[in-house]
Amino acid sequence: MLELIQRAAVHLLISLSGVVLATVIGVVIGVILTRVPKLAGPVIGIVEVLQTIPSLAMLSILLVFFGLGNMTAVMAIFFYSLLPIVRNTYTGILALEPALLEAGRGMGMSSLQILFQVELPNAIPVIVSGLRISLITAYGIVTISVLVGGGGLGRYVYRGIQMADMAMLFTGAIPICLMAFLTDLLLNRLEQKLLHR
Amino acid sequence: MVTFDNVTKSFSGHTVISDLSLEIPRGQFTVLIGPSGCGKTTSLKMINRLIEPSKGSIFVDGQNITKVSPVDLRRQIGYVIQQIGLFPNMTIEQNIEVVPRLLKWPKEKRHQRTRELLEMVGMDPKEYLGRYPSELSGGQQQRIGVLRALAVAPPLILMDEPFGALDPITRESLQDEVKKLQTSLGITVVFVTHDIDEAVKLADRIILMKDGEIVQNAPPETLLAHPANDYVREFIGKKRMKANYDVDLVREIMNPRVVTTTRDKGFAESINLMRKRNVDSLVVLDKEGRLEGVVTVENLRAVAGKQHIAQIGEVEMKSVPTISMNAQAREAFDTLITEKLPFLLVVDSKDRVKGLVSKTSLVKALAGVVWRDDEDDE
Repeated sequence: MLELIQRAAVHLLISLSGVVLATVIGVVIGVILTRVPKLAGPVIGIVEVLQTIPSLAMLSILLVFFGLGNMTAVMAIFFYSLLPIVRNTYTGILALEPALLEAGRGMGMSSLQILFQVELPNAIPVIVSGLRISLITAYGIVTISVLVGGGGLGRYVYRGIQMADMAMLFTGAIPICLMAFLTDLLLNRLEQKLLHR
Repeated sequence: MVTFDNVTKSFSGHTVISDLSLEIPRGQFTVLIGPSGCGKTTSLKMINRLIEPSKGSIFVDGQNITKVSPVDLRRQIGYVIQQIGLFPNMTIEQNIEVVPRLLKWPKEKRHQRTRELLEMVGMDPKEYLGRYPSELSGGQQQRIGVLRALAVAPPLILMDEPFGALDPITRESLQDEVKKLQTSLGITVVFVTHDIDEAVKLADRIILMKDGEIVQNAPPETLLAHPANDYVREFIGKKRMKANYDVDLVREIMNPRVVTTTRDKGFAESINLMRKRNVDSLVVLDKEGRLEGVVTVENLRAVAGKQHIAQIGEVEMKSVPTISMNAQAREAFDTLITEKLPFLLVVDSKDRVKGLVSKTSLVKALAGVVWRDDEDDE
């Protein structure tokens, strides 16, 4: 039981590390794209291509650079999470009413103040929606990252398949499903709450 | 307060404002008006540097605005826009306190000011402070939009069609409120609209623009009474000019059928006359038709028993106020209403009675205005 909880914690930790890293960098990229619209097409194109790489292929490629272990999983999650976060930040900010920006400017906010007090806070529901997709995808990636030496609940699933041990397999699979389900529920709630005020 | 000095603005070769020179007086409500594309909004936005002029200079309070950073300039000038632009992520309190926070006011001072502002427009701070803009009606939102602009008590406020998106009733009440605030606080307001009714209602001075130039710059009364040209006349519309006060004269609205008598007419005869014409008073004239006085039913009743009275001239007469037939109708109505008179006698320059003005005449004159409006609309 203790082992299960530990593995679940590792699973969550690897997922979160990748997603948090992607959020920090993705939001920055998204904001830059709103400031330099010329870059938007090419940059979003590149992160879209990243997304289309099959996860096993992505893990194999990253294995070359980061070696066996959790770091490879974290990086894979990072690359997969970039697209939803960059795109949602970019569209979230662009979709804001122009009146908000005019009001901010007209009242004497500097462009950084507009970014932090108006643009980002109001784009957050959309960004959280990207975050939710990223995190749920991440759980799946961590699961197969066991093939590149990653930890987490994937170990149970992998061993369960190899030993044809259904009980073992479900010990890994059910917590993963629960985590995904709970994440979706919580972030959805958060999104609605942010939207409705 | 604001001076435009030979300001020109062109966007990619197209001139929107050409050589505009203008002085917006301190403490007054100035309305920029004109059809879309006349440059009124561009002119307004050049005052807080949301748009930079291509040529010329603008001075606010004697200072060339290019010498101040746009951010500092804007924090000293209130700004209200048509789309309201309250921040949905902030509560009402936070929205009102945006500029105070930018100016780093201490918390105490900010909170006190916000409460004071809400109370000024009759909104209970306890009820509204913690709410979000989406929980308010459009009218309430714009009320907050106005308060937000007033937060640091700027001497100058710019308003860009602030009530354009509101329903007529809400618009009326906000107009009244803004006008009241402007007068009581003594601030300078520059207000853009395309609605001439709104302009006439609010403005101390109307600046009518067309194709980036000023067509007429005058107080509303002057603009309505003496439009500079056909364009102005057309813009303000025929119906408003007709309906405008100071147009009708007493002679045009008076009732010329006055029931008169003379001093030597008999007592009984006069009573009969009153009965026949269904009036309660007679106007007594001398031989030349000049006014002697008025005899009312009450005067007659007071002497009814006294047989020795045979002629009207012997009855006590009331003196009544008169008005010249060439006076303004408005003046007649004002006197009627403020002095609570049943009627006013209209006299010519030789004091001869020509007619009378009563509350009925007022109603008829008003009805006339309404009918003329109907014809215009068809």
